[in-house]
Amino acid sequence: MKQKWNGFLKAGLFLTAVLAALVALGFFWTPYDPSAMSTGPKLDAPSLQHWMGTDQFGRDIFSRVLQGAGATSFIALCTVATGAAGGVAVGALTGYFGGLADEVLMRINDALTAFPSILLALVVISILGPGNKYNVIIALGLVFIPSFARISRTAFAALRDVNYVKSARLMGAGNGRILLVHMLPNTMSVLLPAVTIGFNNAVLAEASMSFLGIGVKPPDASLGYMLSEAQGMLLGAPWYAVSVGITIVLLVFSVGLIGEGLLRRDKGVG
Amino acid sequence: MKYALRRLAMLLATMLLVSLFTFVAFELISGDTASTMLGTEATPERLEALREELGLNRPLPVRYVEWLAGFFTGNLGVSTSYRQPVWDLIAPKVLVTLYLSLMSFTLIVAVSIPLGLWSAGRTGGPLDGLRTAFNQLCMAVPSFFTGILLSWGFGLVLKRFVPGEFPDPSVNLSGALRYLFFAAAALAIPRIAMTVRMLRSTIQAEMQKDYVRTAISRGNDRNAVLRRHVLKNALTPIAAFLSQTLAEIVAGSIVVEQVFAIPGLGRILVASISNRDYPTVQAIVVILAFWVVLAGMLADLVSQWIDPRLRLGGAA
Repeated sequence: MKQKWNGFLKAGLFLTAVLAALVALGFFWTPYDPSAMSTGPKLDAPSLQHWMGTDQFGRDIFSRVLQGAGATSFIALCTVATGAAGGVAVGALTGYFGGLADEVLMRINDALTAFPSILLALVVISILGPGNKYNVIIALGLVFIPSFARISRTAFAALRDVNYVKSARLMGAGNGRILLVHMLPNTMSVLLPAVTIGFNNAVLAEASMSFLGIGVKPPDASLGYMLSEAQGMLLGAPWYAVSVGITIVLLVFSVGLIGEGLLRRDKGVG
Repeated sequence: MKYALRRLAMLLATMLLVSLFTFVAFELISGDTASTMLGTEATPERLEALREELGLNRPLPVRYVEWLAGFFTGNLGVSTSYRQPVWDLIAPKVLVTLYLSLMSFTLIVAVSIPLGLWSAGRTGGPLDGLRTAFNQLCMAVPSFFTGILLSWGFGLVLKRFVPGEFPDPSVNLSGALRYLFFAAAALAIPRIAMTVRMLRSTIQAEMQKDYVRTAISRGNDRNAVLRRHVLKNALTPIAAFLSQTLAEIVAGSIVVEQVFAIPGLGRILVASISNRDYPTVQAIVVILAFWVVLAGMLADLVSQWIDPRLRLGGAA
């Protein structure tokens, strides 16, 4: 019995919607200019004027967090889009056509997925050059291709000999049409949870790289970079680190709930 | 034994490929190391002399073989930013990262296996959803945030250790280990959540099988069946998962070392990437890759030791 909604899916979608609304708001309006100094007293604890307090330059942390969350979400979305598009393309072709290319690509894939993604991303970023938003997207996007390729290969290979695909072929549909119109929509139940997991990994990976100082650097904003900045002010303004950290946690947690909800819906458990 | 030998050959072949790929990739991007090192002081004579000294004017295959041999002889070239042999730079740091990773791995195994068993025994009920949600929450907390919280709470407030001052392990081993413990805990927490989740679903799937029902219906205690039969059958996927964890810990330690200012491989890797110090990056990447491949091999060996059906090349 497939249930359309479950608690995880509802809670996850609700939380994500709230966060997405805040992030979208942050693109157009923040209570203060995120980089303006002396918007209030320095190292001020959270108050009604400054919801998350101020840092040692008197910048409003809530405004900064809004901006950073926007930048981090943007990078994560681009990364997942790159990884999913590349991975599904590779997985669909190898899964559908099979053959030697399939064998070779999947061997390479197995070897690559054995490596932790952050390690591969570090190698790619050291080749591309650190400190640029788009290099981070390229590095992480490339690194995410193998896992998407593996998942979609399995899904496409399983559909290859299904009756509706066979009949589409008999009716003269081309390979492109079969792949895109008949098979792709039916792999969504596998791909969607993978996309939510991918988004979370992308947020965490971007945040770690920027935290290390080899991801996004100012003037570009990023939650990871802010956290490393906040670590230096841990004694004076612990609320800075806590606000930024909790924002990352909430982003990942809410999307994680959606993923869990999707998985449970497919398995048919409450 | 035959399988182990074959697996070892596979390991060596993989490492050869990884090292070749790394060498060529960094050789292509690094440009002229000699002019990078000399910078504005470069004159044609000095460049030539430095290239001669570093052995850069010899053919690529020769240099690759020499570099590869360097992992055994300790000659991995000269770091361009620290101006000292790469080997001397990284050798003491390997040990620190090894301590950190093993400590974290021990924590993960020691906490998550009992917790996973406990959690697998309790399905359904009103608390099931809450437990899963809590698990998701633990997975969502990145280890560098946990690390910052731990160093604030235990370091700055409770003064259990001084964040940023890592004691030299050769002078003060117990102090160093205590310092590493907090870093290891930060690294372990999200992975404990993942392992518990994985254990739970593996064990629950195993509990559905006929032999478990038979064993219980014959009057065996549920917990005894869980420990004596189910756990044994669930061990193979667990071993594979833990080996993946072992690889991820090393990658995770790169970030945690930065949080706690621990002078390990990860920290020097990050500094070298920022400084574009390619000889150092190259060597560290290969060492980390070796660790990952080794963890994979260990998992395979353990699985085939647990489950003889997996032995390749044996009678099917």
